[in-house]
Amino acid sequence: MKIIIIVPAYNEEKSLPGVIRDLCDHVPHADILVVNDGSRDSTERVARDLGVMVLGLPFNLGIGGAMQTGYRYAERNGYDIAIQFDGDGQHVASEVKALVDMLQQGKADIVVGSRFLRRGEYRPSFFRKLGIWIFSTVLSAILGMRVTDTTSGFRAANRRVIEFFSRSYPEDYPEVESLVLLHRAGMTIGEVPVVMRDRTEGSSSITPIRSAYYMIKVLLAVFIDLLKK
Amino acid sequence: MDILKALAIAGSAVLLFLVLELIRRGRLKERYSLLWLFSSIVLLILSLSRSLLEFFSRLVGIYYPPSLLFLIAFVFLLLITLHFSAVISGLSDKNKRLAQELALLRQEMDEAKRLHANAQ
Repeated sequence: MKIIIIVPAYNEEKSLPGVIRDLCDHVPHADILVVNDGSRDSTERVARDLGVMVLGLPFNLGIGGAMQTGYRYAERNGYDIAIQFDGDGQHVASEVKALVDMLQQGKADIVVGSRFLRRGEYRPSFFRKLGIWIFSTVLSAILGMRVTDTTSGFRAANRRVIEFFSRSYPEDYPEVESLVLLHRAGMTIGEVPVVMRDRTEGSSSITPIRSAYYMIKVLLAVFIDLLKK
Repeated sequence: MDILKALAIAGSAVLLFLVLELIRRGRLKERYSLLWLFSSIVLLILSLSRSLLEFFSRLVGIYYPPSLLFLIAFVFLLLITLHFSAVISGLSDKNKRLAQELALLRQEMDEAKRLHANAQ
C-alpha cells in the first residue's frame, strides 16, 4: 500500500519543520510531498533541507491548484492513498492513522477529519458556529448524508478519488466544492473525529469580514456545480 | 442630421479600417477578429443607408433611428466581452495546467539528477 502525504505550503517556512517532523514521527511508512505554491519566503529551501519531496510551482496558483498538483503527482506515481495535510501546523499527524484505517476498511472513497464530531472540544464563536451550521446543513442535504466539517482540509483519499482529483479539482475554496463534485461522481464520503490545533505561526486566511464573502462565494459555486453537466 | 450621419459613417469606417489593419499586421488573430469585423461592417452599412436604418428601427419599435446604431454597438460589445471571458477562462485553465506540469517535470528532473549522481 503506497501512501503519500500532500502538504500544500504557501509562505510556511516557520511552521513547516514542525509539521514534517510530526509526520515523520507518526507516519513513517508514508512518502511526504510538499507543494510549494509560489511562496515568497524560503519555504522551498526549508522543505528541501528537510529531505522531503518538493514540487515547486512557478507562481501562486491558490490552494486548489496546488493541491491538484499533488494529486497529479500521486496519480502518476501509482499511489494508493493520498492524504491532504496542511502546512500551517493545525493538523495533528497522530490522527492520520484513523483516517487511513477507515479508508482501508472500504467504508468510503474519501475520509474527512472532522473537528465537530466529538462534542465539546471545539468552541467556535457565534458567527463561526452559524457559518458551520449553514454549510453542513446545505451540504448534508445535497450529499444525502450528514457531514459536520465541510471546510476541513484534513483528508485521506483512495485511488479512485486520486484519479478523479487529478483530472478535476475546484480552484478557489476547494474543500466544500470538492465534496459535491465527488458525490456527483458517485463516490462515498466518510468522516472521522479529529482534534486540530490552533495555528502556531502566521495568521489564517479567513478573517471575520472575509468569512461572509467566503460563504456566499462557496455556496454560489456549489449551486453552479449542481447546474453543470 | 447630416453631421450625425457623417459622424456615424466616419466612426464605423475607422473601426473597420483599424480591425482590418490589425489583422493584416498579424496583431489580431482571425479567430478573435470575426465579431469585430462583423460588427463594424453592420454598423457601416446601417450608417450609409438611411432607409435600411429606418426599416430596422421601425421593425423593433425605435422612434429615433440613430439609437439603433447604439443598440447594435452595445449588443456587439456585450457579445465580444462575453466571448473574451470565455477565452480567458480557457486560458487560465491552460495556464494552471502548464504551471502544474512544470512543477512535476522539475521534480522529475531533480530526481533523475540525484539518481545519476548516486550511481557514479
